Amino acid sequence: MNMLQTIESETVAARARETTDVRPGDLVRVHVKIVEGDKSRIQIFEGTVISIRKGCPRTTFTVRKMSSGVGVERIFPSCSPNVTKIEVMARHKVRRAKLYYLRSRKGKAARLKPILEFQKALSALRKKG
Amino acid sequence: MNEKMGMIGRKLGMTQFFQADGNVVPCTVVQLGPNTVLQVKSTTSKDRYNAIQLGFAPARAKLINKPLAGHLTKAGASLLRHVREIRVDAGTVATMSAGKVLTVGEVFQDGQKVDVVGTSKGRGFAGVMKRHHFAGFERTRGAHEYFRHGGSIGTRLTPGMTLKGKKMPGHLGASRTTVQNMTVVRIDAERNLLFIRGGVPGPVGGLVVIRHAVRTPKGKKKK
Repeated sequence: MNMLQTIESETVAARARETTDVRPGDLVRVHVKIVEGDKSRIQIFEGTVISIRKGCPRTTFTVRKMSSGVGVERIFPSCSPNVTKIEVMARHKVRRAKLYYLRSRKGKAARLKPILEFQKALSALRKKG
Repeated sequence: MNEKMGMIGRKLGMTQFFQADGNVVPCTVVQLGPNTVLQVKSTTSKDRYNAIQLGFAPARAKLINKPLAGHLTKAGASLLRHVREIRVDAGTVATMSAGKVLTVGEVFQDGQKVDVVGTSKGRGFAGVMKRHHFAGFERTRGAHEYFRHGGSIGTRLTPGMTLKGKKMPGHLGASRTTVQNMTVVRIDAERNLLFIRGGVPGPVGGLVVIRHAVRTPKGKKKK
C-alpha cells in the first residue's frame, strides 16, 4: 500500500459513523444532519440505492425515491460527517451495479425483487434487539 | 516563523478531507523531507548571498556521480538524489550548518501560506487554444477546416512583419511553475507529510520546492 492509499484509508477509518454494508438495489434510510443557523437536526431520506461510486474517501452513493409522483435523487458522500447513519431496510436482487434503468420506469415496472433471506435475517436481528 | 525558509519534497498525489461542517477540502499530499543541509551560503562567505543548499531523497550509490558523492560526504550527509538551493534570511543562515537535518514540523506551521515551485506537466507541441486560451472558431455555419486556428498573425505592408512575441503554437508545459499563497491544511511530522489545499504543479512523483510565501495576499496585512 502506498502512502496515499494509507492516508485515504485513515480518512475513511476516522469518520464518525459506523460502517454499513450498502449495495445497489438496497432500500436505505439515510440520516442526514441539516444545519439551520445555529440549530441542527436529522432528516431521513429513504429510497433505493441506484449507484455507488467507489474511491475511498471520495465514495458516493445515489439514492432515488419517488416523492409525490416525482423522482428525486440525492448523491451522498459516503464519508461526509453530515451522513450520520445509514439503515438498510431491504435488499433486492439486482443484476447490475448501476440501476439507472429505474429512472425510465414507473409504478409496478419500477419494482425490484426482494432477497427474502436478507429480510429474514434482518427481522431475526431486530428481534434480538 | 516569518523569515524566509523552504524545503524540497515530492508530490504524492491528491486526496480530500471533510471538515466538521461537511465541506470538502481538496488537498495535495507532499512528501516533504527530511532534508539535509549540504552547504550554507552567506553574504560574509565568498558566495555573497544568503542561501542554504538542501539534499533530499535517499538514492542508490549507482545513481550518484562522483562529484556529487564528494559534495555529500563533505557535508556528512548520506547519499541523496536531489539537491536544491533556497534563499533565506541572514538570521536563518546563522542557525544553519552543513549536515543539519530539517523536518516539516520545524519549518512549517498549520494554516500557513506557502509558495509551491514545481515543474508543470509537459503538454508537448500545443496549439493556440490550449497554449494561450484563444477562443478558436465556429464549429458550424460553413466553417471549413478552420476550427482551432490562431487567425491572422499581423497586418499588411505596415509594419510588414509579424510582431515579436506573437502568441503562436509551440511547446507547452514542462517548465518551472510557481503557485503563490497556497494554504497548509495539515502537517504530519511523523511521516514527513505536508497537506496543501488545492493542486500543485507537476506530475505525481515530481519534485517540488515549498517555501514560505513571499507575498501576502491582497487586502491582508503581514503580521
